[in-house]
Amino acid sequence: MERPSWVPAEVDLSRPSVARVYDFYLGGSHNLEIDRRMAREAIALWPDLPAIMQSNRAFLRRAVRYVAAQGIDQFLDIGSGIPTVGNVHEAAQQANPEARVVYVDSDPVAVAHSRAILTGNERTAVVQADLREPEALFEHPSVRATIDLARPVAVLMVAVLHFVPDEDRPQDAIARLGARLAPGSYLVLSHASAEGRPEMAGSHRQLYSRTPTPMTMRSRDEIERLFDGFELVDPGVVWLPLWHPDHPGEAEQAPERTTGYAGVGRKL
Amino acid sequence: MSSGERATPASDGRIGAVGEEEQLRRLAKQWAVAVAGTSYVPLRPDQIDDLLLGLLRRMVAAVLDPRGSVETVGAEVGSALIDAHFTNPRSLSRTLGVLLDVGPPAEAGGRRWNDVVAAVAEGFSGALQERALREQEEILEAAAHAREQAREALHVSEERFRAVFEGATIGIGIGDLDGRILEVNPALVRLLGYPVEEFRRRSVQEFMHPSDVGRVWQLYRELIGGQREHFQLEKQFLRSNGESVWTDLTVSLLRDGQNRPRYQLALVHDVTAIRQLRHQLEFDAHHDALTGLANRKMFLAQLDELFRQARDGVRVGLCFLDLDGFKAVNDTLGHAVGDHLLISVARRLEAVIGGRGLSVARLGGDEFVVLVPDTSGSAELISLAEELLAAVARPLRLGPRQVQVTASVGVVERPIAEIDPAELLRAADMTLYWAKADGKSQWALFEPERGAKELTRYSLSSALPAALARQDLLVHYQPLRRLADGALHGVEALVRWNHPRLGLLGPENFIALAEESGSIVALGRHVLQVACRQAFAWFGSATPGPFVSVNLASRQLREESLVDDVQQALTHSGLRPEQLQLEITESAVIGTDPLTGQTLQALADMGIRLAIDDFGTGYSNLIYLRRLPLHELKLDANFLRALPGDDGIDSPDVHLLASLISLAHLLNLTITAEGVETEAQVALLSSLGCDAGQGTFFGAAGPPDQIGGLANVVLT
Repeated sequence: MERPSWVPAEVDLSRPSVARVYDFYLGGSHNLEIDRRMAREAIALWPDLPAIMQSNRAFLRRAVRYVAAQGIDQFLDIGSGIPTVGNVHEAAQQANPEARVVYVDSDPVAVAHSRAILTGNERTAVVQADLREPEALFEHPSVRATIDLARPVAVLMVAVLHFVPDEDRPQDAIARLGARLAPGSYLVLSHASAEGRPEMAGSHRQLYSRTPTPMTMRSRDEIERLFDGFELVDPGVVWLPLWHPDHPGEAEQAPERTTGYAGVGRKL
Repeated sequence: MSSGERATPASDGRIGAVGEEEQLRRLAKQWAVAVAGTSYVPLRPDQIDDLLLGLLRRMVAAVLDPRGSVETVGAEVGSALIDAHFTNPRSLSRTLGVLLDVGPPAEAGGRRWNDVVAAVAEGFSGALQERALREQEEILEAAAHAREQAREALHVSEERFRAVFEGATIGIGIGDLDGRILEVNPALVRLLGYPVEEFRRRSVQEFMHPSDVGRVWQLYRELIGGQREHFQLEKQFLRSNGESVWTDLTVSLLRDGQNRPRYQLALVHDVTAIRQLRHQLEFDAHHDALTGLANRKMFLAQLDELFRQARDGVRVGLCFLDLDGFKAVNDTLGHAVGDHLLISVARRLEAVIGGRGLSVARLGGDEFVVLVPDTSGSAELISLAEELLAAVARPLRLGPRQVQVTASVGVVERPIAEIDPAELLRAADMTLYWAKADGKSQWALFEPERGAKELTRYSLSSALPAALARQDLLVHYQPLRRLADGALHGVEALVRWNHPRLGLLGPENFIALAEESGSIVALGRHVLQVACRQAFAWFGSATPGPFVSVNLASRQLREESLVDDVQQALTHSGLRPEQLQLEITESAVIGTDPLTGQTLQALADMGIRLAIDDFGTGYSNLIYLRRLPLHELKLDANFLRALPGDDGIDSPDVHLLASLISLAHLLNLTITAEGVETEAQVALLSSLGCDAGQGTFFGAAGPPDQIGGLANVVLT
């Protein structure tokens, strides 16, 4: 963080990247052996993982559709990873062809890949930035060119804040970020929690300590507090599959097995 | 489906009849359930159902159409699954399981169905492989691109750093911990004058300078040892041409990623010019701009330093020189000539003392001082003073003019243990004054006894205003009694100075000083107010009755504010004018200016009593005395002191006394004898008709609480 902005980020392919591991969980091949090795180990320990990631991805899709239905046409996807399958701009532009999306990630490979697949899409932009520095993010020329902060924006922080440890003050980052948003903006958030499968959390955390972004699981209360300054829309912070399911009638079995909480808040 | 009526559901679950839409939907659903969760598919469940239903229809149609290519359609279906992101091998195995379980449509042969299902597997695998390879290619390309970008950014940042390094005006050098110099920037090359190659050949230690304090290399060792992150100091370096250059040097320790000390970074800033400026400013602060001699500040600092470091038994000397009549030079020849003169004098004084290792300072104006830190005695100082006088007195050419000036010198030469810097300066000042007062163009040597006397005067005079403010000045009272009945005639107010060091001082010690310095006005006003308040406290405003008698110095009489001051003292105290007597000396009134006469008249007109104090000691002008609006004469104590014993009643002194008493009465004045000490004196004075007496016989002067009781007793 103290590094001057003109000193480049390192590209370290000797460590697994959470973005590429996530892609593997989703069935993609945008990953390297180092990523797959870690993902296979994780799945061996915890066979539910691919289903959990799919559930998270499905929440992202439903949440984008929901806020688009509320009239939101600007999206800031922070921690977007490798947006190959089920990406935000496709879901958003299905609802509103004019929708604009900025993908933000700190992983230089994920950013390079995003740029490659989004070349030619004028309503999208890709920015390499750190969510812990929201001011710098908002000042980025691509963000300024794509997003009109005078109008409501949906900020997506889907499965990203559990990679921000407490000492980096994620709540503070959200507060600073929220301060720049117009009223009526949305915060879409999902977050890993140890509450669903406490016996799994330890070994999982250990696996992720190999990556440059180790995990911090948080309780439902802590995750709810991340919405300070936003009004939670119904049904509040719930297990991933329970947030606005596609078929409300079909009750998901054991939703806590996803061990991920999700919620959407609206800025007052 | 072309022929719905032929389609009938087979009892074993096979597609019994083509066109059974309901049955196809059920099968699609079954398929969707089987593949659900095998891979992430970004579709809603109903969209997945529709997708699979469509694929199923195509397969059934292909099987039923004898001309259709089951291989092609099967491959397309497998590929469509991959496109929808059913990318997991399990998606395929589940798909195959469902399709084989369903079996061929009733009218078609099982072989054709098996062929289409096999083609699905082939198409799926082929598409998956293609997709995986494409994605691998994409991610590797992205990684390569990211690396390339990072490299580019690194290159840019390195170039930027290089530009900073090359372009910095501050010298930058990087060395390893063994002191080998690895990199130097052009600014450092310019600063020290060695080519880059020479820097690389040399080690940091070779940049030692003869003037380096030991601390520099101590700090350096601490830094190299990792005990210190950086240090900064001013250090000299030798340039290639042998010159020394002053720099502000900061050396920092650079650590690697594991926090191990690796390199040292030196930032070197040329401060030679800044130091010169600083020295110039320091010089300016301590030197006289006109003559370049040390100024007063510098001289005082030298003097303090000398006293601070003095050893026992050392004697110190000062020659304090002041030009005679310098003001006249300035006034008649102009300031430019005056300045020239001062410069010339400065040079001549320097020439005299130069060979002796002494220094001369200009204290201001035309005052110069030579300090002799270690003298052998006053003879040495006197001979120096004579040389200085002679040097100044030599004729001087100032432009077209030949000018000759003289100077006076005050010489002080004392053991350093017996004097402090301030006393030394005061003594020099005083001695210079003696030299001037004795006729100028000469030196005078300080004499401690004469000095002590004058010093007391000097210090008392300067301390008086503060003493007044601190209420250290008290008023004592002495009774005046009527000789006829012993009743209280009045009280005389006598000022006393309760000096913190010298004790209680009488007016004779400081009134004259106060008159010289002018503080008599404030002092007199103070005494008047205190005395009037005290008198009112004792006597109220009852008249006739005793008065309070206050002395006026002649300087007060010439003060225009006197009448107002007296009026205010009365008003504020409540005392009536008749209860106040003002004592003035003969000398103060005799031959005085008309103003004094008017002042006395004004006071008398107010109803105030006026007395002549110490009568008979001045050269009284009886004519003038006659014209003054007086009430009383106070006979000087010397008349009584001169009287012989009881037997000498007919002595001339007694006659003189009798005459003076008669004279007073002739002028219609009351007369009080001062200095009455014995009963015999009282008897004599009584017999001569003297009105009142004052002296130890009737009571010494004392503070109001001592005299108060006495006054009251007599009053009642």
